[in-house]
Amino acid sequence: MKRIQVNQAYGPVVEGEALVSEEGFSPRYDLDRWSGLITKPGHRLEGMSIVDKICFFPTAKGGIAAGWAFYDIKWKKIAPKAFVFGVTNPVMVQGAIFAGIPITAGWSPQPRDVVKTGDRVRVDPARKLIEVL
Amino acid sequence: MELTSEERAILAGERGEAQRRALEYQLEVGRFWGAKRFVPVTNVHMMGDIEVMGDGGLAWLKEEADLGARCQVATTTNARCIDFAHCDRLGQDAGEVAKERELIATLRRMDVVTTDTCINYQTVYQPHLGEHVAWGDTGTVIYANSVFGARSNFESGPAALAAALTGRTPEYGFHLDEKRKGTFAVELKARLDDLADWGAVGKLVGESHQDYFAVPVFHGFHRAPHADELKHLGAALASYGSMAMFHFVGVTPEAPATLPAEKMVIGEKEIESVYAGYKLGDGDARLVVFSGPQQSLLEMKKLAELFHGRKVQGSCFVTTNGAVLAQSRDLGYAQALEKAGVSILQGVCFYILQNLSLMRERNRWTNMVSNSAKIVNIIGAHRFNTILRRTADCVEVACSGILK
Repeated sequence: MKRIQVNQAYGPVVEGEALVSEEGFSPRYDLDRWSGLITKPGHRLEGMSIVDKICFFPTAKGGIAAGWAFYDIKWKKIAPKAFVFGVTNPVMVQGAIFAGIPITAGWSPQPRDVVKTGDRVRVDPARKLIEVL
Repeated sequence: MELTSEERAILAGERGEAQRRALEYQLEVGRFWGAKRFVPVTNVHMMGDIEVMGDGGLAWLKEEADLGARCQVATTTNARCIDFAHCDRLGQDAGEVAKERELIATLRRMDVVTTDTCINYQTVYQPHLGEHVAWGDTGTVIYANSVFGARSNFESGPAALAAALTGRTPEYGFHLDEKRKGTFAVELKARLDDLADWGAVGKLVGESHQDYFAVPVFHGFHRAPHADELKHLGAALASYGSMAMFHFVGVTPEAPATLPAEKMVIGEKEIESVYAGYKLGDGDARLVVFSGPQQSLLEMKKLAELFHGRKVQGSCFVTTNGAVLAQSRDLGYAQALEKAGVSILQGVCFYILQNLSLMRERNRWTNMVSNSAKIVNIIGAHRFNTILRRTADCVEVACSGILK
């Protein structure tokens, strides 16, 4: 089974479909917060939905306002199942924990080597492990 | 995390459910970042308005207030999304305006001081060297860490409010000595006469080093920078680079005696390349904005001088806070701006205005011109083509209707 080890993690075990991005993410700059679609013109995932996905993003973008956004999309039932970041910042972590969405940071190996969009994956924060099922 | 007896009492519910929930949440955030303990904070600045938090956030906030949530330390609010004096003319949604009023009343019930400003560091509270605070937005944090030598991470709305309720925050990131050291050096060889030039520096340095834990060390500048210049520099570094701290040799209190090994140089050519990099789109010159951060009194004075005797052709917006606006009226700056046709918005930031996308469509704006590198960066999600220009050039665009 292919595996990714992560450095930091929060939340319960979740399983779902992977959405793998080569570009960073901000729920304020990139996301339509009513549909869950990535709508920023030119984003590598433009037109794709994050709803119920396990989202892999190399970096976090955006400022403080992102902190409320995860709770907002969870309330609207358009949240992803988990966020898997390469590099993240405090706002993303504060926002995800506030919304109760599992989040991880730091990875080895790079997701692009072992997982692709559409694969089924399991995120196990307690073991700091992501498995491609 | 190591907990004090007081913190254990909070977790046991001895200070009520709101504090217990807040500390439990902070504990999770602290664990994620490997914090060993909490540090007491003296001041909190939080973002909270209906545009950013939505109906879910408002419902949560009301529940907190009902649980008896009350701020334990002085807590102020960041710029918000509704200007109550202008909301009808701006076409802001009446339902959302009503929710914003409810939100403000809820925050006041929790003892939050609703200052509605992103320049608290210029107008409300100036922390001292080594003082731990819990602030957001990003521009306030980078100013606190860099210029005052105070200590804060980027604290999102929920995290800042939790700090307000418990009077503490997890000790990680910029609360720790080892994270505050400079990581690369930037020599400033350009003149940097205008505020927009300082934003351009922030764009050049931030875009090339996008990392929350990167800390640039500026040096070699030909004079002492003033507060509004450092404000635009910090806001742009935070916006383009997600950075929370910089040093400035001879200026900021924690600047190092020796420079880091990695070096970059910014001269006139680099600054000019920033301005040359903006596409003018269809040439639309009908929207000029001075916002992000809100204008200080001295910026208001400068704008009043530049707009004196002129007339805005399209739309021009200035945002500031209530205190600066009141003094600008006393001093006649506000009247000078309004006489020229400038709209002064109070307590808001242009980019988080409720209904901004619809406003853009109704007015058929395509471009937005500003002297703020920060707002030029972040307003893209509303599908504006944005152009950074120097302050006097922005005034010229607004009054001539010609974009160059």
